[in-house]
Amino acid sequence: MDLYEYQGKELLREHGLQTLEGIVATSPQEAREAAEKIGGTVAVKAQVLTGGRGKAGGIKVVDSPEEAEEAAEQILGMDIKGHTVRRVLVEGGAEIESEMYLSIMVDRGEKKPLILFSTEGGVDIEEVAETNPDAIVRVYVDPLVGLLPYQVREVVFYSGLEGDAAKGVGKVLQNLYTAFKEADASLVEINPLVLTKGGDVLALDSKVTIDNSSLFRHPDVSEQQDVEAADPQEHRAQEADLQYVKLEGDVGILGNGAGLVMSTLDVVAQAGGEPANFCDVGGGADAEKIAEALDIVTSNEQVRSVLFNIFGGITRGDEVARGLLSALESSEIDLPIVVRLDGTNAEEGRRILEENTPENVHTEETMLDAARRAVELARDGGR
Amino acid sequence: MAILVDENTRLLVQGITGREGAFHTGRMLQSGTHVVAGVTPGKGGQDYEGVPIFNTVEEAARETGANASVIFVPPPFAADAIFESLDSGLGTVCCITEGVPVHDMMRVSDYLNMKNATLIGPNCPGVLSPEKSNVSIMPDDIFTPGNVGVVSRSGTLTYQVVNELTQRSIGQTTAVGIGGDPIIGTDFIEILKLFEADPDTGCVVMIGEIGGNAEQQAAEYVQAEMQTPVVAYIAGFTAPEGKTMGHAGAIVSGGESTAEAKSQALEKAGIRTATNPTEVGEIVAEILGVSF
Repeated sequence: MDLYEYQGKELLREHGLQTLEGIVATSPQEAREAAEKIGGTVAVKAQVLTGGRGKAGGIKVVDSPEEAEEAAEQILGMDIKGHTVRRVLVEGGAEIESEMYLSIMVDRGEKKPLILFSTEGGVDIEEVAETNPDAIVRVYVDPLVGLLPYQVREVVFYSGLEGDAAKGVGKVLQNLYTAFKEADASLVEINPLVLTKGGDVLALDSKVTIDNSSLFRHPDVSEQQDVEAADPQEHRAQEADLQYVKLEGDVGILGNGAGLVMSTLDVVAQAGGEPANFCDVGGGADAEKIAEALDIVTSNEQVRSVLFNIFGGITRGDEVARGLLSALESSEIDLPIVVRLDGTNAEEGRRILEENTPENVHTEETMLDAARRAVELARDGGR
Repeated sequence: MAILVDENTRLLVQGITGREGAFHTGRMLQSGTHVVAGVTPGKGGQDYEGVPIFNTVEEAARETGANASVIFVPPPFAADAIFESLDSGLGTVCCITEGVPVHDMMRVSDYLNMKNATLIGPNCPGVLSPEKSNVSIMPDDIFTPGNVGVVSRSGTLTYQVVNELTQRSIGQTTAVGIGGDPIIGTDFIEILKLFEADPDTGCVVMIGEIGGNAEQQAAEYVQAEMQTPVVAYIAGFTAPEGKTMGHAGAIVSGGESTAEAKSQALEKAGIRTATNPTEVGEIVAEILGVSF
């Protein structure tokens, strides 16, 4: 789960990091009031869960409350890479001495937290990694031992920091590691982390991702999830405990098992079609869940045909077929549905389907044939 | 021979009285697996289908000589269950549980480095050596004994591929589901090493997916160290960036994490890579000279 900048900054402040004074606004009027309260030059920043908002015109620096109102008017409702801006963060200014980069992430290969620090901040860190790799200090932390003081010293001294800057950044790093650990984050990134002319070290931006698997022990965080911003189908799927990802195409896809569904998407693309979604209904043949999944997939207006790919394992093919039939009975889907059933008792399952299904349901034996059929049916119109 | 689990496996089930644990214990017993003990804290002294239940893993292992465990404990308690198995000296630990926090797994994996044990999973279907031992939630009737090793990050894709093999009368030594999480106990390379050392495994199928770079590392290992032919398959070519595709670890985050990058690395290492699960069966049949 990704946090908005303002949520991430709250987390950072809870762990002793300093940020600028900021107020969240959901209307131009609120932005004006926020600017009045903060005073002086303020930045009006779009709150979206994607990068590149600066280039998209989602950040404006203004000198008066009137201008803040105008800026918010322009930014609110803006579409940035498919994300609609619903909130802006109005923040005070700072006199910046230098910009730095600091992040801690879970490194999958090493299976450890990885700290990245650079005195070249405010730019894309991947660019720095390419053009000037020596400007980035990398330190792995042993998760059982934790971040050790000498590792903090390595980070600051290897970066060439001295005096108060070294002390300030060292303290920020220690606090950030605590935040990373206690919040079960998979990423905490501050870019830029700035040194002010007054000698303070401030987090000017924040990018925080919390591990979804840990949300059971962070109920406060999961409450912050922005349900409105989610795609309607994705939101419904989440409530129904289904794994669903919306895509651009017109072939709706369901299956049991994440790997098999990913593979089905690929085969549909190979057959010249475009998948409309990823939907994993999980194991078992619970008719109610299948009906709900079918309903969610077909509620996407783009969908013109459906491919349901099932591998009968512990839940045998004949049971799956009966579950599917009862799901079809309870729903009113008239789009063409191609069912591909394989695995244990698949033949029996296919026979049951063929004998009992309505006209819009077609059965196929192999994944390739099923994909070709679903793609053809989508082309023929469907809806 | 089989790898990881065989007829000498004496299995302990952690969470044996839970819904999943009980159901799959029944199935593992039906497959002929020696399930010697179960653990559910507070239910020591009872039994489940004749399997004695203990309060702690240490006691269960001491009393029954268990040498492997399979974990069906809910996510908040799964890491603790793994630590308990590791500290009780069990050599093979298989965690089926999906949804174990990543920070818990970082600690587990750190601890694992200090122990002489193998952790499979979490978020995996387990390990199955046909007609020898079933330490898994996999449907055992699609398997048949033979000489192909299977290692995979995905459950149902494993079933699909095993089914393709069995239908071509190609049997398996062992199938290992290593799990779909970002951090897992055992990666491809360790399993490939075991298959390479197993004289009965004549071909290995490796099934990968988007996320991380374990497939690239495996490709390097295969090219440098393996004599046994390897056939690969990667899922997730159509996955968009930044979206978790079912498995917590299946997420494209640029660079090496894409399916293209993985299959290119595999092919560059001389590994034949199928474009769909059926083709995996066809390539293996060709390599083994099986006609059907």
